[in-house]
Amino acid sequence: MVMLLGKKIGMTQVYDASGRITTVTVLQAGPCKVMQVKNKKTDGYNAVQLGFHDVKESRRRKPEAGHAAKANTVPKKFVREWRLADDTPAEVSAGDEVTVSAFADVAYVDVAGTSKGKGYAGVMKRHGFGGFPGSHGTERKHRAGGSIASYSSDRGHGGNLKKGKRMAGRMGGVRVTTKNHVLVSIDESQNLLVVKGAVPGASGSFVEIRSARKSRA
Amino acid sequence: MKTKLLDSVENKSLKKTVPYFEIGDMVDVHCRITEGNKTRVQVFGGTVIARKGRGINETFTVRRVVADEGVERIFPINSPNVVDIRPVRSGKARRAKLYYLRDRTGKGVRLSHRHSEHTVSK
Repeated sequence: MVMLLGKKIGMTQVYDASGRITTVTVLQAGPCKVMQVKNKKTDGYNAVQLGFHDVKESRRRKPEAGHAAKANTVPKKFVREWRLADDTPAEVSAGDEVTVSAFADVAYVDVAGTSKGKGYAGVMKRHGFGGFPGSHGTERKHRAGGSIASYSSDRGHGGNLKKGKRMAGRMGGVRVTTKNHVLVSIDESQNLLVVKGAVPGASGSFVEIRSARKSRA
Repeated sequence: MKTKLLDSVENKSLKKTVPYFEIGDMVDVHCRITEGNKTRVQVFGGTVIARKGRGINETFTVRRVVADEGVERIFPINSPNVVDIRPVRSGKARRAKLYYLRDRTGKGVRLSHRHSEHTVSK
């Protein structure tokens, strides 16, 4: 598995070899600094801490600067861990740079980011409920969620609703992973990864890019 | 707003040169068609009545009348399947979208020859 941190640049379209148009997302990935290498012995697990995007000089805090200095670099805005299995210690060491060339022989990637906030959303938008008919006697509850419980479904909950009952509320702004994007192309000179389809978040937001965990059937 | 990085990805899919043609021109569009595992080039000729979009999304509409039935095809300019666009005859048009041609039949659809530096020589 390989992992990189990056930024979503935006979406566009490209033509593939057969002349078919493909919708793609352009990601600026890395170069990431290895900030720290964690191992089973001292930290209890194997992981590589990656950092992306320098913090500007006036905003650097001393503890962060000290941590970064161990990897001979400056504090990074976006720091995430690349967790490794217990029996596979890291092949990189602190201070190394990871670039898009690590993805050279990767076909599919997973992308994780923070989805766009949708605000307070109703059940139709938030959970895909069906709503009620537009007419045939329906009044004032066209987009309502319907009954939230009944005597029988409520038994055992002591007069309370079942936990996790899907209702209206804040939507979006949470971590979302989209899986098995086809990796369309890599631009090593500009550190770009071009993946098929849409990835979570707004343009300019930070994303984590991994080689696909589950291979596509 | 598009960034330079986004453009750099898009530009790889754009054609290096696109033949010059204007709204109202008659063009022959050479289009690659795949049927099963055979590919051949089909020519669709007609009047350019619209050109819209920018960059990778740029398309143009070609209209012709086949057996008294108006036929319009929209081609993406940068598609690799649009092998060639050959201007055949230039036509004079005073607007950017010639949708009024849809309401005309017979001799009414003809456009007068454009006499300008862009005149297509056959």
